[in-house]
Amino acid sequence: MKAKIKVTLKKGVLDPQGKAIEGALGHLGFAGVEHVRQGKYFEIDVAETDKSKAMTEVKAMCEKLIANTVIENYDIELA
Amino acid sequence: MKSAVVVFPGINRERDMMLALEAVTGIAPVAIWHTDPELPKVDLVVVPGGFSYGDYLRCGAIAARSPIMTDIRAKAAKGLKVLGVCNGFQIVAEAGLLPGALVRNAHLHFVCREVKLAVENNSTFFTNRMKKGAVVSCPVAHGEGNYICDEETLKALEGEGRVVFRYTQGTNPNGAMNDIAGIVNKAGNVIGMMPHPENMIEPLHGKTDCRPLFESLLAA
Repeated sequence: MKAKIKVTLKKGVLDPQGKAIEGALGHLGFAGVEHVRQGKYFEIDVAETDKSKAMTEVKAMCEKLIANTVIENYDIELA
Repeated sequence: MKSAVVVFPGINRERDMMLALEAVTGIAPVAIWHTDPELPKVDLVVVPGGFSYGDYLRCGAIAARSPIMTDIRAKAAKGLKVLGVCNGFQIVAEAGLLPGALVRNAHLHFVCREVKLAVENNSTFFTNRMKKGAVVSCPVAHGEGNYICDEETLKALEGEGRVVFRYTQGTNPNGAMNDIAGIVNKAGNVIGMMPHPENMIEPLHGKTDCRPLFESLLAA
């Protein structure tokens, strides 16, 4: 199965990279940009074929390494 | 005072740290490779600065999960003294030995300059030769030193005197909450700090302000 994982900064955590992108979009003339937050995206192929077992495994990966849950949230999609 | 310095791929401040430890304590520290399963018998382990694993994923994230960290975590729980400097602070925070996280500097720039540090807690193993409130010069060199934690943690750190070093005189180089430059865990045996005291102990460094920090190790 393939796990698609999105890692985003928690609300309230300052995202200076997002702010810089926001500024650059403004310089390019995109006047309607209100807010930019930058995140990370991972694709992990796992051998497990049982969806719920794969989810448990990928969740553990996120908790242990992929995300720092002090500052980040993660979202898993399995297919 | 026997010490060990942990070396990960991409670390580059381990030699400065080893020289500083030897210069002040008189005993050369042991260098430990990150894949070693166990620490030798030491009183202090230092996780030095650098760019372990090129800061991939998050700074300190991969190093924090390396084999030696399992032993460091177990021994720290039993009272082993741990000092994390710069990338080492990021690594011990990622390893869960200290609360909070170090994120990208608020202004996005890498900073390499001297800051002023106020010693806020002089009862730790790394500050007991300092006067409380003393201000020392110390260099910083990092891109991700912006200390962040939740409100509850911040309240605990401040309330329990666990902010060891604070940037002062308007020298906060990274936007860290409450000007936090270094903290200690609840038990008092794990310290993390972003500045590099090992680079301010010899006349050739320009100043020797941070030498008493290393001298504190002798009393601890």
